Amino acid sequence: MKVYYKTLRDLPREELFAPGHRMCAGCGAAIAMRWITKTIGPNAVIVNATGCVEVTTTPYPETAWMHPYIHVAFENSAAVASGVEAAIKTLKKKGRWDAGDSKVVVIAGDGGTYDIGLQSLSGMLERRHGVLYILYDNEAYMNTGIQRSGSTPKYAWTTTTPVGTALRGKVQWKKDIMGIVMAHRVPYAATASVAYILDMVNKIKTALDYTEEGPTFLHIFAPCVPGWRYPENKTVEIARLAVETGYFPLYEWDHGKLKLNPPSNNHLDKSKRKPLKEYLKLQGRFAHLTEQEIAEIEKELDAYWEYLGKLTQL
Amino acid sequence: MSLPKASELPIGAVIPEPGSTRRNKTAGWRTLKPVIHDDRCVRCQLCWLYCPEGTIVEIKGVFKVNGRTYDTKYEINYDYCKGCGICANECPTKAIEMVPEAP
Amino acid sequence: MQKTKLVEALTGNYAAAYAVKASDVDVIAVYPITPQTTIVEKLSEFVANGELNAELIHVESEHSALSAVVGASAAGARVFTATSSQGLELAHEILHIASAMRLPIVMAVPTRALSAPISIHNDYGDVMNARDTGWIIYIAASAQEVYDTIIQAYRVAETANLPAMVAYDGFLMSHTVEPVELNDEEEVRKFLPRPLRPYTLNPKRPVTMGPLASPDWYYEFKYQQATALREAYKVVKEVDALYGEKFGRSYGVVETYRMEDADYAIVTYGGAAYGNAKAAADMARERGIAAGVVRIRLYRPFPSMDVLRALEGVKAFAVLDRAIMFGSPAEGPLYKDIATAMFMHGVDKPAVNIIHGIGQRTMYVEDMYKIYTMLKERPSKEVVFMGVRV
Ligand SMILES: Cc1ncc(C[n+]2csc(CCOP(=O)(O)OP(=O)(O)O)c2C)c(N)n1
Ligand code: SF4
Ligand code: SF4
Ligand code: SF4
Ligand SMILES: [Mg+2]
Repeated sequence: MKVYYKTLRDLPREELFAPGHRMCAGCGAAIAMRWITKTIGPNAVIVNATGCVEVTTTPYPETAWMHPYIHVAFENSAAVASGVEAAIKTLKKKGRWDAGDSKVVVIAGDGGTYDIGLQSLSGMLERRHGVLYILYDNEAYMNTGIQRSGSTPKYAWTTTTPVGTALRGKVQWKKDIMGIVMAHRVPYAATASVAYILDMVNKIKTALDYTEEGPTFLHIFAPCVPGWRYPENKTVEIARLAVETGYFPLYEWDHGKLKLNPPSNNHLDKSKRKPLKEYLKLQGRFAHLTEQEIAEIEKELDAYWEYLGKLTQL
Repeated sequence: MSLPKASELPIGAVIPEPGSTRRNKTAGWRTLKPVIHDDRCVRCQLCWLYCPEGTIVEIKGVFKVNGRTYDTKYEINYDYCKGCGICANECPTKAIEMVPEAP
Repeated sequence: MQKTKLVEALTGNYAAAYAVKASDVDVIAVYPITPQTTIVEKLSEFVANGELNAELIHVESEHSALSAVVGASAAGARVFTATSSQGLELAHEILHIASAMRLPIVMAVPTRALSAPISIHNDYGDVMNARDTGWIIYIAASAQEVYDTIIQAYRVAETANLPAMVAYDGFLMSHTVEPVELNDEEEVRKFLPRPLRPYTLNPKRPVTMGPLASPDWYYEFKYQQATALREAYKVVKEVDALYGEKFGRSYGVVETYRMEDADYAIVTYGGAAYGNAKAAADMARERGIAAGVVRIRLYRPFPSMDVLRALEGVKAFAVLDRAIMFGSPAEGPLYKDIATAMFMHGVDKPAVNIIHGIGQRTMYVEDMYKIYTMLKERPSKEVVFMGVRV
């Protein structure tokens, strides 16, 4: 990552995401949107997949967006962005684009990325469109009322993975979306969190600049108040604990090299990570977990860290 | 209020007015209201950083507080604050207090 | 007017590709499917040879093909896509969105039967299932008409702010060679002047496209869209006339054959059905039946008055449909449209719905001749599945 902003004082001041939108009080994704729009600056086209962000920000006749913005459907934001990028490219060549060096940025939820939109994302990455694809991950289909997605973690409660006597929340593990993206050999992909804004904005800017070379990807962790069942003032605290406990490591994949970013760069040593329980216990979606189940999740997390450790050696 | 006719609307449901959700004040969403006690504020910027609504406003100027001089001050635009309390939760000096909204 | 005539022997698909090249399209996104594939192959060749200055996006599906051209069109580019059958079905969701967003996309559809069982052969099940998605739909009957109609479609789409589909018989037209007169490309570009679009995605003039509409707003946009498609009828006619003046070929919205004094008519669409029906009309006339043919060229918006006028003098007629709308009061889609038009305008006469040419079942001229004799001997209102073993 290139460091464009050293301290909070360097951060862009101008707000490019209007208030008055209908995202829940305390929405993690709203924090992400605020910083994405500020960081990419005004010369960008935003393509948004169907989901919470889309429905809460564009209630006709109002829009929170100050960028040119398009929403088409749930599963095709990467394809729409491919078209926008191709259009800008060819219109520039033909002298019919008057806005200069305009960027194309996708904003999509985990459902729109891990699941229904995975094919179009893969297509866009493989064709190497100069598009920054930003996934805001709230670990379920929130817009339709908290249903499980490929991103929902094991044992989490959702309305389609209820806690019953036979099943106790989601049965499967969370999909490794970063692994899938990295397998496309994109120039740059990174994880980020709404609790680590400085890290996030530097990654947004880095990823945006690398679109000159091809597609880039950001996976932003964005807690959801009603979906994760926690008090609305805890969004940042939970996002921070997700990193501190090692549940959501901050790292970047820069031209084939994987690098852990602070504070996750210290977390290969398990003793430096806070106990996972501290993260889980704040959230109602994990309230039913037994010690044994927590131990199982922890074991899987340790294995994941081992895998990440190997990737950093590449 | 009578709404515009079909023939009076832009085609394709395009919204030509960027940032127009500003017309929708969300003050009414609050049950708790954040109040910044400026004397305890050390200008760390965290409330401004994390506010999901972008309603914590940074004011430039010369501000003398408890014998220290700052070049900024943080204020809340209550038109849009939804009262989530993230700012209060993140404030390292507990300078932000969440007080009940008058019913 | 054109200086020199350039005539090439082209398949329907190549004619489509040449029209796209002449129209100076900016962005193309296409996914292979039989019988469409030779269009994207030809266009790839044009781009590779530098004959067409366009971005060709090799999408990973037809859903993405249409999505990509939606994005490109929204950004202000002139766009093209093409597909058939399963591909059109896969993209169906985006058909509705493209028209609702009022984007002037042009798509070629060499038609093909729908699965299952899988068939690569021709009928109109695909386009007929897309007939009410808000697109302007042409059905061409010759390679020349495919070429001319795609060029016209750009002018119409960019005037009406609606997408347009140009359909024609898969294989029977897409893969058969006909002489096609090509226009001077400079003249085509003058004919397609790129009018200023009402809204595009541009950071200098930011707008939001594709918002959420509550019950207070949704209906108005749907009404706008319904009205725009109705009004596109006039645009189609005007553009066809202008094209005729400039390039010497025009088609109208409905084409008739020997209808002046006809007692019996077959109404149909597409090249094979029309060609054979004309041959059957000739045969019928030789045998003393005053037979004629009506071909629907513009299917959406439906040219009700033109069709009724064409059928004014007949005693009975048959609608030859090449698609099955399962469970409908009559299974033929065109039949249902004409029946509605007749009912609304107080016309009542015997009209048979013939279903034929399904999955490219051969429609013999003899079959069509039989339709005329049937109309004469036993005028009725019924659905006849012709050419099937029952
Ligand atoms: C093709 C299609 N299937 C289903 C839906 C319904 N749907 C809309 S948004 C959504 C979930 C979105 O989940 P995600 O992408 O995680 O975004 P979030 O709402 O959580 O922010 C679903 C299932 C749809 N709009 N389109
Ligand atoms: S449901 Fe969750 S993601 Fe959606 S707006 Fe509310 S807090 Fe944000
Ligand atoms: S978080 Fe607290 S100390 Fe920091 S700027 Fe805000 S009010 Fe001041
Ligand atoms: S309570 Fe929430 S919305 Fe209001 S100022 Fe604080 S962080 Fe912003
Ligand atoms: Mg989600």
